[in-house]
Amino acid sequence: MSESTPSTAESRRLAQEARDRVRFEEEALELSDQVYRVSRRMVGSREEAEDLVQQTYERAFRSWKQFTPGTNLRAWLLRILTNLNIDRGRRVQRSPQTTPLDGELGDYFLYNKLESTTPEQNPDEERVLERLSQDSIVDALADVPHDFRDVIVLVDIGEFSYADAAQILDIPIGTVMSRLHRGRRILKKNLADKAVAP
Amino acid sequence: MIDDPCDKCEEMMQPYLDGTLSDAEVREAERHLEGCSWCAKRYHFEARLRHYVRVAVSEPMPPELKARLAALRTPLT
Repeated sequence: MSESTPSTAESRRLAQEARDRVRFEEEALELSDQVYRVSRRMVGSREEAEDLVQQTYERAFRSWKQFTPGTNLRAWLLRILTNLNIDRGRRVQRSPQTTPLDGELGDYFLYNKLESTTPEQNPDEERVLERLSQDSIVDALADVPHDFRDVIVLVDIGEFSYADAAQILDIPIGTVMSRLHRGRRILKKNLADKAVAP
Repeated sequence: MIDDPCDKCEEMMQPYLDGTLSDAEVREAERHLEGCSWCAKRYHFEARLRHYVRVAVSEPMPPELKARLAALRTPLT
């Protein structure tokens, strides 16, 4: 009887581990739409985004034991994705590229620009928004330098907190905030440049 | 030189929408917005813009990729 105990304990442990693994994989797969949405805007093409998501899940399923249950699985997956993206050599340089802004444009800049070039007097906000086509928004975001774009994609598109974005990108939270601030202004400048004619 | 309250309101817009202002700053911004339709319009536009951008750039995951990911699961024994 005493001889059977260790093997029983071991088989119970293995059965529990198998259940944990299945649950982990199911929970990770439920997040795949959100992971893809971020990936699609972090890299240039759909094919690259798909490859990156697939590699992320391959690695996540291999290293599932490194995930601490109860912590943020979505952020953990995105951290893997970001590291893989860096490994792919997309980032030739780690320091943010700079983009000249015409002076320091304020946060009302885009609205002021669009409103002033909309023919009707005092248009409502929806009418102003219509000046931005879906393609122009996609292009305007793609033209934001990647260090700034990654933060916008995580916080504004992926709806991650500053703290999660900092953890995913392995940068201080203050850097997330400053890149977000500047990145949003670059995005608005790009949107203003690409707005459709009234 | 007198600080323009609309300039101050403009500076508070991003942190206001991000929910990172202190309670006192939120009250200050909202007090200004109640009496200033010019700024209120720009805040409303910004909130709509964020939503609009999120929707515009969100592409659904291709079903083939979803199937490939599902196939990565450990087979049940």
